[in-house]
Amino acid sequence: MILQVKNVSKQFGGLQALNDVSFELSEGRILGLIGPNGAGKTTLFNTINGVFAPTQGQIVFRGEDVTGQPAYNMARRGLARAHQVVRPLSDLTVHENVMVGACFGREGLGLRQAARRAEEALSRVGLIERAEQPAGSLNVAQKKRLEMARALAAQPYLILLDEVLAGLNPSEITAMMATIRAIREQGATIFMIEHVMQAIMSISDHIIVLDYGSLIASGPPQEVANNQKVIEAYLGDPRLTERLMAE
Amino acid sequence: MSFWRSAGFWINVLLVAIGGAVVLLIHQDTLRETVFTILMFVILASSLNIIMGLTGYVNFGHIVFFGLGGYFGFFLLSQLGWPLYLCMIAGGALSVVIALVVGAAVLRLRGAYFALATIGINEAARAFVANFAPFGGATGLYVNFSAYNAYGGSSKALWWIFTLLWIVTIITVVVCYLVKHSRFGLGLIAIREDEDAAMVMGVKTPWAKTAAFALSAFFPALVGTLYFFKNGNVEPEDAFRFQLSLEILVMVMLGGKGYVLGPIIGALAYERLRGVLLVSPLFKNLHLALSGAILLLIVLFMPGGLVGWVRDRLPRLRRWLE
Repeated sequence: MILQVKNVSKQFGGLQALNDVSFELSEGRILGLIGPNGAGKTTLFNTINGVFAPTQGQIVFRGEDVTGQPAYNMARRGLARAHQVVRPLSDLTVHENVMVGACFGREGLGLRQAARRAEEALSRVGLIERAEQPAGSLNVAQKKRLEMARALAAQPYLILLDEVLAGLNPSEITAMMATIRAIREQGATIFMIEHVMQAIMSISDHIIVLDYGSLIASGPPQEVANNQKVIEAYLGDPRLTERLMAE
Repeated sequence: MSFWRSAGFWINVLLVAIGGAVVLLIHQDTLRETVFTILMFVILASSLNIIMGLTGYVNFGHIVFFGLGGYFGFFLLSQLGWPLYLCMIAGGALSVVIALVVGAAVLRLRGAYFALATIGINEAARAFVANFAPFGGATGLYVNFSAYNAYGGSSKALWWIFTLLWIVTIITVVVCYLVKHSRFGLGLIAIREDEDAAMVMGVKTPWAKTAAFALSAFFPALVGTLYFFKNGNVEPEDAFRFQLSLEILVMVMLGGKGYVLGPIIGALAYERLRGVLLVSPLFKNLHLALSGAILLLIVLFMPGGLVGWVRDRLPRLRRWLE
């Protein structure tokens, strides 16, 4: 198991953002995380990632208890992340942005090796011809690729992808899906949040569903898609819709 | 490392190296005093640039390291009779230790809160020193005139002090360049651009910020010791000049924060400008108001300072202006 989340809860004041969430992720798999807006998906990433510590529960990464470890330690242990809201280091070039990932990621490369690693990562995501541009000048799709390249350059064991397909057009989605598959081929494990249903259903080996901070379903994509609770939480109550249509 | 093959490195280093060398060759007292002030500003502004330009933490109280480090160095020199260069290093060491302790606490604050805290630190240090008996309290410390004899009399001592300041300037500029072009520097710039994202990418932000703060604190202490030894005395009002702290900040902004060349150009330009204003009957009481206006104009229209402005207009010069 590369990642074990055991009975994790997170409270913000009176708000229960995560409620007793438990699941496991084995190496080399792609795990999808879906759920309605505000279900706690990004919060779950934040607790795994060390942005904040869980209120209760335990997170085990590669056999070690990492509960409450700060984000920079998680990065060095081999956990990388692409953000939902892209966060380019705007004044740096695209290439330098990716070098930060390589320098401070799992391997902690020196500048010269990091420069080479950054080039590889940029070619993988198809951004190499923009390497010398300031990162702030990229468009949204390119910034998403940049997030991806930064995560890849760290050579992580596990990558958290937070809605990397959101805001992309169909051809960009196809390209990004190919990139994600290629990353998996190279041995990294992937845990991704996605709203583009068709995409996540086709790419994931396994899917878990969050609703109001609780895990309501877990299983292969086909099974989850037909789960009554998921349909209600995610798509609304189908019978209610039918009734309204009939009236 | 291939910094010696970089044009930007040599431009920075040669600018200060030749500037000081010319003064040593011409050997004229008034010129030396002018350039002493410029080099002092270069060191203060360049070191401020490490925490402000690279790391993105605006420090209004940078002068506190000049004051405290200089006070300690001058104390060792005037009261215990230590040799000058040892006093400088001891002053620098104390400054670094204080920055480590203070930084670990204050650097948890971000943005305006950090900036406000730095003002408080300078005022607290001034009040502490003014009431600290071993440092002479409010009247400060004096050096026995015979101390200059060790350097061949006061005239020779002044040239010796200038030479040391010149060397410190070169070292400061080299260090700033190396930091900016190192892995550590890349981490600092990542913090400046987006601290949370930097942390997620693995930059050990609390450590990196504190280290940058401590490094920026080292050089002002060396200048402080030299400056007070040159004057022959030190007192709280002279050591913790908040006004000077603001002027250093204006220099960094004027030249271009984040560039190694920025504070050098900024210090030079500001010193010249101030010289003109101070002797003009119209502006002699208004020069601070004018530097405030300059700061405002830079922030609004030229956020990259002079160096940034030129780099934007002439991309071909980027390789030279780092």
